Amino acid sequence: MIAVMMKEINEFLYSIIAYLVIGVFLIGVSIVLWVLPETSLLEYGYASMEPLFSIGPYLFMFLIPAITMKSFAEEKRSGTIELLYTLPLTSRAIVLGKFLAASLLVFFSLLPTLVYYYSIYQLGNPPGNLDTSGIVGAYFGLFFLGSVFASIGIFSSSITENQIVSFVVGALLCFISYEGFTTLARIDLWVSWAYYIEYFGIMFHYNAMSKGVIDLLNLTYFVGFIIIMLLATHYSLEARK
Amino acid sequence: MSLEVINLVKRYDTQQAVDQISFVAPTGKITGFLGPNGAGKSTTLKIATGFIRPTSGDILVNDISVTHNPMSVKKTVGYLPEHNPLYLEMYVREYLDFIGKAYGMDRKSRYQRIHELLDLCGLTIEKHKKLKMLSKGYRQRVGLAKALMSDPSVLILDEPTTGLDPNQIVEIRNVIKTIAHEKTVILSTHIMQEVEALCDKLVIIHRGKLVADDSLAHLQRKSSNQLGLSVQFDAPIDPDLFRSLKGIISLEVKSDHQLIITSKSERLRQEVLAVITEHNLPLITIKNVGGSLEEIFQKLTTEEGEAEL
Repeated sequence: MIAVMMKEINEFLYSIIAYLVIGVFLIGVSIVLWVLPETSLLEYGYASMEPLFSIGPYLFMFLIPAITMKSFAEEKRSGTIELLYTLPLTSRAIVLGKFLAASLLVFFSLLPTLVYYYSIYQLGNPPGNLDTSGIVGAYFGLFFLGSVFASIGIFSSSITENQIVSFVVGALLCFISYEGFTTLARIDLWVSWAYYIEYFGIMFHYNAMSKGVIDLLNLTYFVGFIIIMLLATHYSLEARK
Repeated sequence: MSLEVINLVKRYDTQQAVDQISFVAPTGKITGFLGPNGAGKSTTLKIATGFIRPTSGDILVNDISVTHNPMSVKKTVGYLPEHNPLYLEMYVREYLDFIGKAYGMDRKSRYQRIHELLDLCGLTIEKHKKLKMLSKGYRQRVGLAKALMSDPSVLILDEPTTGLDPNQIVEIRNVIKTIAHEKTVILSTHIMQEVEALCDKLVIIHRGKLVADDSLAHLQRKSSNQLGLSVQFDAPIDPDLFRSLKGIISLEVKSDHQLIITSKSERLRQEVLAVITEHNLPLITIKNVGGSLEEIFQKLTTEEGEAEL
């Protein structure tokens, strides 16, 4: 597992995509947080990192499938999947290794934004006047959301050997699982079921975490979602045999 | 220590890729695995390495079943897949290091093994390059080094010399020969010279079916019970001198300098030489014709051949 993870991380470092993705994420977040007048903290008047956590999922929705689109699709296209699956590595080690590498990249793209936390902390009046526990929860939420997106991206990469298809399917699945259920719940037809439908969506659990409450139920949801996606990846790759 | 294929069947939807194949690749020998394109060679080898599962049947590698215990088999097998897929963004050493890690080798033994292999496969001068910078011949060597990384007891090479120039082919063959002792080597190819140069044993399949499983010498003998000689002279001779030979089937006069004689007699060569010395004929060359591996291969893998055998 470690061998595969290290290989994937090295591949990220060799390819421009990882730098591009982290770069776009940070620039996107910075523009929203500091430049755009509607969301800029300097205009907003409150010491809060709210814009980061509301824009984050939408950036991740495109950026994470861009990281993971290569994952299995490229191995299939170039035939290296045969190398990987004839080495004494279990399917679990391969899938998990790839997933961990991708979520590690998510982690490293979030890390620099801690600078904003410090800036806002200092800018507050008086300094430190901000909801730290809420922010910690929201960071956890955003990291788990990114990891779920990574597992979705890896799954969509395993069903095709075309990176573009993998990206489009991945982004679509991310969008549906984040916002789709919440939107669906608003339809009047099944208004009495709305809560349960919304409960299936990532947004429901992400928002709960953003309030600073790290509930076991939400954590179970995220971890369960990841396990299901990775299992689906495993079976979609087994089917090739 | 050997590789044993037992009643192997692989079906893709409607196509029967491998149909009831059984053979044994013994230890210490190089087994040539031949067949026309699409005969099912690569499919068989992919099953042997645990990449795909057979529809039925099994392959035993050192008596371990690949369907029941693929992980143990993968540990003992070194594999060079067809087309030699590589992680092109990696450096030579990095790639081999990754392979070593996958085999669970520790840092020290990886380092040592990489050093040995770079030397053995003639990669030392290219060791700091990225794989995508290497020429096809060097990439093939990296593929071979990869297959050898864990010092496996069974080596499966799927067309190891495709696309190489003649010098590179000779070098790769030498490497294979050097390491073949005490290992079980299966080498798939459709280059006949390669088989003649390397293999002790031959397995030929055609359309998923086994058509030959024998030693090279035995196959050559079996394929033709007649012997042919091409005899060339320095000056015009009288072909009638040879007509009285025992068991002669045909005497083809190519020119007044050259004859092709086929005969049932096993002592044809001696008899021809006797005639030549008796009449003091100006001989240049005598060489065997017929019974070559190409002919055996063609015979076994074409429609007429199927009917004949």
